[in-house]
Amino acid sequence: MAVLLLAEVSGGALALDATAKAVTAGKALGDVTVLVAGPSAAGDEAAKIDGVSKVLVADDALYANGLAEPVSDLIVSLAGDYEHIIAPSTASAKNILPRVAALLDVMVLSDVTAIVDGATFERPIYAGNAIQTVKSSDAKKVLTVRTSTFDAAGEGGSAAVDTVAAAADPALSSHVEDKVAASDRPELTSAGIIVSGGRGLGSEENFALIEGLADKLNAAVGASRAAVDSGYAPNDLQVGQTGKVVAPDLYIAVGISGAIQHLAGMKDSKIIVAINKDEEAPIFQVADYGLVADLFDAIPELTEKL
Amino acid sequence: MKVLVPVKRVIDYNVKVRVKADGSGVDLANVKMSMNPFDEIAVEEAIRLKEAGKADEIVVVSVGVKQAQETLRTALAMGADRAILVVAADDVHQDIEPLAVAKILKGVIDAEDAGLVIAGKQAIDNDMNATGQMLAALTGWGQATFASEVEIDGDAAKVTREVDGGLQTISVKLPAIITADLRLNEPRYASLPNIMKAKKKPLEEKTAADYGVDTTPRLEVVKTTEPASRTAGEMVESVDALIAKLKEKGAI
Repeated sequence: MAVLLLAEVSGGALALDATAKAVTAGKALGDVTVLVAGPSAAGDEAAKIDGVSKVLVADDALYANGLAEPVSDLIVSLAGDYEHIIAPSTASAKNILPRVAALLDVMVLSDVTAIVDGATFERPIYAGNAIQTVKSSDAKKVLTVRTSTFDAAGEGGSAAVDTVAAAADPALSSHVEDKVAASDRPELTSAGIIVSGGRGLGSEENFALIEGLADKLNAAVGASRAAVDSGYAPNDLQVGQTGKVVAPDLYIAVGISGAIQHLAGMKDSKIIVAINKDEEAPIFQVADYGLVADLFDAIPELTEKL
Repeated sequence: MKVLVPVKRVIDYNVKVRVKADGSGVDLANVKMSMNPFDEIAVEEAIRLKEAGKADEIVVVSVGVKQAQETLRTALAMGADRAILVVAADDVHQDIEPLAVAKILKGVIDAEDAGLVIAGKQAIDNDMNATGQMLAALTGWGQATFASEVEIDGDAAKVTREVDGGLQTISVKLPAIITADLRLNEPRYASLPNIMKAKKKPLEEKTAADYGVDTTPRLEVVKTTEPASRTAGEMVESVDALIAKLKEKGAI
């Protein structure tokens, strides 16, 4: 059975970690062909992922910004040969794959966390408060897989790379600009350690405490919805039901009370540390180690002593 | 321009969901239900467009059980002009899949000649994040999902979207589908006089068959289970004790 996997391309380069994690899921379904709607260098890199049997590259200006309409048309133009169409659950794929599914008149399966068989999948519902097992009766299965639950496939592959022609330009939308924060820190969804800050920080200036601790640990920085809504941190750092879902080896939650929507985004982390001055905070119910303390004392001390 | 806003009746976001012991689903009987929070944001955005003179009429649509009337009344009380309820289920536990909802909404769009759809980006019950994108596919319109800022400019909408690395701004030709993210706006509360007035606003009832849509699910729910639970660990007394524990575990 053949699987078409949409590679994650970000800023003109292959997002290796997200793509390699989706490859692991794809391998469980069949023979994986990776589609790179982007530069051929990204295709060459995808060919090195272990378990990829073929790479298709559509290198055209039409796909430079990942607009949903042209990329969906491209996937649909290739879909005939494949039983599964899959992508990592990134903001980009979540924009594209439901459109692909509707064009093929099939349902989409979002945020799949486990593959039971070729038609049966597990996915979280209600912010992860329930896990649903669903069986698709559609001829083609279109799914996004949650990267935090699949290990990245290794390197060492040497798949053949073919180019494919661009599909017609639907000319429905155009790119204006990207505002992407440049950061030297590890990426949130692939980091081994994450330090996350919440409302308890109190201001954007104080959020620097989180960044200081993160830099000491070579960790990524996350934030709760409350911190993002209050303007302490940018939206792309949000961890939770509607933000990013992460599962690092170590998650340090600072000044985060632990709303269910936040817990949905981090409760699969291996070790969770909570630092909060409110001993009743729900975050302590999922934490392996809890410290009831004023973060303005504890975080500088922790940063200094590490 | 007529703006269509689909709204969904879902379990209130403050309610702790309970998975039924027999694995058949989540218990929704006698649970507080509300409008999906993302849909509230979509309704608010439509009202703001109307207040700014960019929209003439706001039609809210819900697909589901009869009780979704209450959800539509809430949207009318916020400021929508009229409502369409497409009754497609008689059991509150029966969720209509995004593909079927999108097909029904396509029928409503054709009948209403809407120029813009603003939807919530996802419903907090099935967390599928799909209806807006699917509707865009079926209508052949452009889409601007996960919007945090919307500006109508002639025959296009300039939309800033929340994406993985930060923000992306695109321009999408109208008619189009926009889906609302959390930070698009802060929805208003309906005032008491407006709640009273909303009772008199038109609410039309339809069925899925009126739009020729088969709502038979494509996905069979095999079972619904509780997630693996985490238990609380231990409390430590000091930063030093915390560091010692993490070192012991090899975490740092």
